[in-house]
Amino acid sequence: MSDPLMSDPLTTNEPTVQGISTKPRDVTRTPPGPDAEDIIICREVHKWFGELHVLNGINITVKSGEVLVIAGPSGSGKSTWIRTINRLEEHQRGDIIIDGIELTNDIRNIAAIRSEIGMVFQQFNLFPHLSVLQNITLGPIRVRKIRRELAEERAMQLLNRVGIPEQALKYPAQLSGGQQQRVAIARALAMDPKIMLFDEPTSALDPEMISEVLDVMRELAESGMTMLVVTHEMGFAKAAADRMVFFDAGNIVEQGPPEQIFEHPQHDRTKLFLSQILTH
Amino acid sequence: MSASAQLPAPPQPVEEVQPPSTEVGVLGWLHHNLFNSKLNGLLTIVLGVVVLVVIIGLAQWMLFDARWGVITDNMRLFLVGRFPQEEIWRVWLALTLVSLASGLTAGSSSSGAVRMLATMLMAGQLMLAALILVSGLGLVAALALVAGAVVVLLAMLIAGRFRIRRLWTSLIWLAAAISGVLLLAGLGETSILPTVSTTVWGGLLLTMVLSVAGILLSFPLGVLLAVGRRSRLPVVRIVSTTYIELIRAVPLISILFMAQFLFPLVLPEGLRIDNVIRAIGGITLFSAAYVAENVRGGLQAIPAGQHEAAFAIGLRTWQTTVFIVLPQALRITIPANVGLFISLLKDTTLAYIIGLLEILGIGRAVLAQPEWLGTQFEVYFFVAAVFFVLSYTLSQASYRLEKELGIGER
Repeated sequence: MSDPLMSDPLTTNEPTVQGISTKPRDVTRTPPGPDAEDIIICREVHKWFGELHVLNGINITVKSGEVLVIAGPSGSGKSTWIRTINRLEEHQRGDIIIDGIELTNDIRNIAAIRSEIGMVFQQFNLFPHLSVLQNITLGPIRVRKIRRELAEERAMQLLNRVGIPEQALKYPAQLSGGQQQRVAIARALAMDPKIMLFDEPTSALDPEMISEVLDVMRELAESGMTMLVVTHEMGFAKAAADRMVFFDAGNIVEQGPPEQIFEHPQHDRTKLFLSQILTH
Repeated sequence: MSASAQLPAPPQPVEEVQPPSTEVGVLGWLHHNLFNSKLNGLLTIVLGVVVLVVIIGLAQWMLFDARWGVITDNMRLFLVGRFPQEEIWRVWLALTLVSLASGLTAGSSSSGAVRMLATMLMAGQLMLAALILVSGLGLVAALALVAGAVVVLLAMLIAGRFRIRRLWTSLIWLAAAISGVLLLAGLGETSILPTVSTTVWGGLLLTMVLSVAGILLSFPLGVLLAVGRRSRLPVVRIVSTTYIELIRAVPLISILFMAQFLFPLVLPEGLRIDNVIRAIGGITLFSAAYVAENVRGGLQAIPAGQHEAAFAIGLRTWQTTVFIVLPQALRITIPANVGLFISLLKDTTLAYIIGLLEILGIGRAVLAQPEWLGTQFEVYFFVAAVFFVLSYTLSQASYRLEKELGIGER
């Protein structure tokens, strides 16, 4: 895992405890101002898996256009939390309000919210029996009821955007991992989501394919998409995130701009985690 | 000294060393596969002699001793049972309609499996035509079957040029099926197509009707039961599970008996359900439970990530089942389901127990004829050969289908 991190120009400094360059990040976009609308509001969100208390009162507000990188040790609840945002996991206490709609058991609310939120998975989860084009157009045709020709045209634009238009008629099994993940991003974007969730999008990739996916994600961040990214790619966090959120034991222990987290981590758990993933 | 002597000798072309004759070619193959040790060599010789003796004996019997007259004299019975002679054209016409539909479908389809089935339908009709000619059943019947084969070929060629949409081929199939059934059964006593009671249906015709109807009806029912068994609604789940477990705990014969003798007791006076329909019902209900369990296995093999990805793009639960989960599950279960359908095809022979004279039933009836006593071997050999052709075609088509659908495999 060290290769992509070290080859990133932002992380080629001598490894220190923080291990991250303190150069200003290459901001090509303005982070959302204080008057941007609150697109995700979580209030005292709790979740249990049986006896296991996996989310322990999450309180956070995400502004429209904000890019959040969520880090933390495995089992700290970060994946579970972003999966509650589109109700792949149900929370048992507290409120989650997405773009003004509260997530309840109401099926219509869930469907409405899911169509506003794109999600990219660690294992890609492309549909193996459908071609790349069909993977991307399925949602627009079946959920948004868009005409097939229109949906295919839009899908080709998205494939161009993620850089693999020539793969449109292939099947997922014929693509490399990096290509598959880019198709998965295009599939999520095809629904014109307001929010994109990324659940460890590069963890299942071979090292040489990580950057092609991260490039697409950076381009997406610069376009003003609201993004919640669970990742261990600190180079990406440094370059693209507006805010880093650090999870431990089902709670947010620390958050702030990436520079602040990398330079002056306050919490012991954050310090330990950063030192562990940045020095080896 | 000549100049050439001072030059270093030109490099001799390296002689390519040939592998020894025991490694390649026929000898190599023999050496590796049949005589690679003393014991294997001995086994090869002994088994070779045994196989030779059996083949020679069988060939001698088939060519000289067998009384094939029992088959040719009764060919009509074997093919259509006691279907009335003057109405027999209706069987050939129905077959021609099916040929037309198959040909059009195969011509429009890029699937080798579908093309193979259509080709087999063509070949099968030519084989039947040959059998009919040999049996002296008349030139007309043979020509009708040859015409059927030609229809398959022409339809394939025409549809190959003008690809027909799936919607249209489906409608053509529906029309062919409905008119086929009406042709066979008739429209009523006084109409142009007088009723032909199913009690006179028999032979290969009845075998095909029972098995095709059984397969076409039990597959969708089984898929519904499989989805039902995994439903979140308790009523649906419990009903499906109970049905599946109950049916699987009972042999097919007892279900056929029940359909035959128990239904009439339960049904209101005067309402009589046709024997053939009852048999189809019994076979369908039985087979559906097994289809359901096969498909359930396929459903369970689909990873949770597929559901999550489908939900994440906003698909409803039913859409996820129809567009994402079922297509993958059905693909995985092709081998199991085709295996099931092959055994269904052969299980239709049980219908003779409830008095239906499908091809095996006809065979037994023929054996009771005094002039053909002692021809069991001929009769059962013929029946077995017919089932072999049908079953082998199905299994080969299934292998093709598996290969074709392998493109999208993970």
